[in-house]
Amino acid sequence: MTDTKGTPLVEMRDISISFGGIKAVDHVSIDLQPGEVVGLLGHNGAGKSTLIKCLSGAYQADAGEILINGEKVTIRNPRDARTHNIETIYQTLALADNLTAASNLFLGRELVTPLGMVDDSRMEAETRKIMGRLNPNFRKFNVPVSALSGGQRQSVAIARAVYFNAKILIMDEPTAALGPHETQMVAELIQELKREGLGIFLIEHDIHAVMELCDRAVVMKNGQRVGTVNVKDVTDDDILGMIILGKKPPQAY
Amino acid sequence: MTNTNSPTPAGSDATQGPVTRFLRATEIDTRLLGMVAALVLIWIGFHLYGALINGNGAFLTPRNLWNLSVQTASIGIMATGMVLVIVTRNIDLSVGSVLGFTAMIMALMQSRWLPHVFELGSPVIWITAALTGLLMGAAIGAFHGYLIAYARIPAFIVTLGGLLVWRGAAFLVARGETISPLDSTFVLIGGGPYGSVGATGSWIICALACAAVLWMIVSGRKSRQDHGFAQRPVWADTFLSALGCGIIIGATLLMNAYPWPKGIVKDYAAKNNITVPEEGLFISHGFAIPVLVLVAVAILMTILSTRTRFGRYVFAIGGNPEAAELAGINTRWMTVKLYALMGLLTGLSAVVASARLNSATNALGTFDELYVIAAAVIGGTSLAGGVGTIYGAILGALVMQSLQSGMVLIGFDAAIQQMVVGGVLVLAVWLDILYRRNAK
Ligand SMILES: Nc1ncnc2c1ncn2[C@@H]1O[C@H](COP(=O)(O)OP(=O)(O)OP(=O)(O)O)[C@@H](O)[C@H]1O
Ligand SMILES: [Mg+2]
Repeated sequence: MTDTKGTPLVEMRDISISFGGIKAVDHVSIDLQPGEVVGLLGHNGAGKSTLIKCLSGAYQADAGEILINGEKVTIRNPRDARTHNIETIYQTLALADNLTAASNLFLGRELVTPLGMVDDSRMEAETRKIMGRLNPNFRKFNVPVSALSGGQRQSVAIARAVYFNAKILIMDEPTAALGPHETQMVAELIQELKREGLGIFLIEHDIHAVMELCDRAVVMKNGQRVGTVNVKDVTDDDILGMIILGKKPPQAY
Repeated sequence: MTNTNSPTPAGSDATQGPVTRFLRATEIDTRLLGMVAALVLIWIGFHLYGALINGNGAFLTPRNLWNLSVQTASIGIMATGMVLVIVTRNIDLSVGSVLGFTAMIMALMQSRWLPHVFELGSPVIWITAALTGLLMGAAIGAFHGYLIAYARIPAFIVTLGGLLVWRGAAFLVARGETISPLDSTFVLIGGGPYGSVGATGSWIICALACAAVLWMIVSGRKSRQDHGFAQRPVWADTFLSALGCGIIIGATLLMNAYPWPKGIVKDYAAKNNITVPEEGLFISHGFAIPVLVLVAVAILMTILSTRTRFGRYVFAIGGNPEAAELAGINTRWMTVKLYALMGLLTGLSAVVASARLNSATNALGTFDELYVIAAAVIGGTSLAGGVGTIYGAILGALVMQSLQSGMVLIGFDAAIQQMVVGGVLVLAVWLDILYRRNAK
């Protein structure tokens, strides 16, 4: 399957980053095709979030390079990532608790009136539209997000990533706080975005969700890449073996 | 889109008391009511104390309230900036000293340096001096902000250092002397009979302000309608319009009720060839210029904090600095800009404060940082960050200044005044904590 692919949408080569001596990510390479969902798996502290934060601009890798559509790019901060149409749903959600859903959704990219003032009404209207699609039960538009439930907060974070027409979407445990119905809606959303041609990195602990949603899975352990597999060539036990024991099945590369 | 998304589920209205329903419909927050109630209590308390103990209730008089409005201006101007500083989880302890230093520089420019270059009384002098004061305040603030944001020194330490450094600098530049008098046009910014806009001017301002209130309410309704959001009931909007205009008209009547002192009237009459009638001439002060400066600052700062990206980012940083950074906000540069703004407002405050005294003394602005921080906190700014309003801070400034002036009026000495101010600051923070715990 690898040889039939064109230029990858994203290629992260040999990325390393350490925090005070701890190698959080150690020479890891991953890539992503348009319309593909790549799962990123591993135990807690394996380095998954740290790796994708190098792509979203939250961290700068100590070594390695990032290519987008085959071109080498430098991503120094989240603004750079956004200019490359990379959107991220962070594990911590990264919401300002004191602001409303609309203010959070448009944070850093506010809609403004011709006079340059933030246009709260229009932002709220847009937020109502997108939330109507993602979470029709959502009603709390006029309160700070601190007043929302974990799942409602998560849907705000998802809405923010989806609203701005990303080409590359990073989802760090997007369904961690969601109920079964909402989780199903996110799964459908992922499939819809995939059909639209987005590339998605999905960090997910639920192995069944990975088997259902992902095309390929990359497994990490202690900051290193154990291996990459095409999901339809392996069983969930193979993947569990990679995560827990670091054992590479023959189909992996 | 329909109106079904109103924040209050319709059914719950029936179970709420009329007061709660009233507050909800008008969207007046209870905290604001609390502050107004505290203010009214303080005012009545001082008046009664004066009346009963000293035999002279001098607090609730046009004269005292007019003075109170002028005295509040300097603290109020700085408090609007302090709100935003505290909202980002920072603090500025240096404002009193920076005020003292910039006032001193401005005074020296007016009375010593610039008269060598320009003719005495030339408008160039006061304009250059005032602009220098503002810019110098902004530059000092930006420097503090730089140390906080880029050198990563905690704001508390940087501005505590600044508190000592700039007070010392103010002493050095004038060798501890009091510099006076100041330019005669410059002192108008500090108020006084000539530094007020008079009865007619006040009524014009009153009319404009009432028109603005009505326009805001009408355009707010229109905007909610355009987007299909739930409307406030018509009676609530009517009530708010009446309340807003009522307060404005009341303030105008009050300010116009305070006449110029006899001496000034005689002076003025002599200069303008007016014969003063037997019973005297009633010339109203009207709104003092520093009060109008404060109002203008309050409006601009409210727009800045609620209607611009800058303001939005300030609150985002206060709510979650990491999220703000991840949303692409340059939080460090924001910090520099914010402290520069605080410095600019401090410079403006220095103009008002020194103009009011017609001099710059080495002690000018001492303890102002405490009044300003107290004003912001009493006005509902949370020290945990992310929460605060400009109007709250101005009410807070009014509370602090009322306490201060009231104590002077009834003859408490300085030691007791300090103790009360310190106690009130701690009490205000405690009440804030209780309020937030209950609001949860
Ligand atoms: N900012 C940081 N400073 C210091 N150490 C960090 C930092 N961020 C991550 N680490 C360390 O790097 C390692 C990888 O962390 P990371 O958050 O990437 O794990 P993860 O795979 O996302 O785990 P989880 O499944 O729990 O989210 C951990 O050992 C963590 O302690
Ligand atoms: Mg993680």
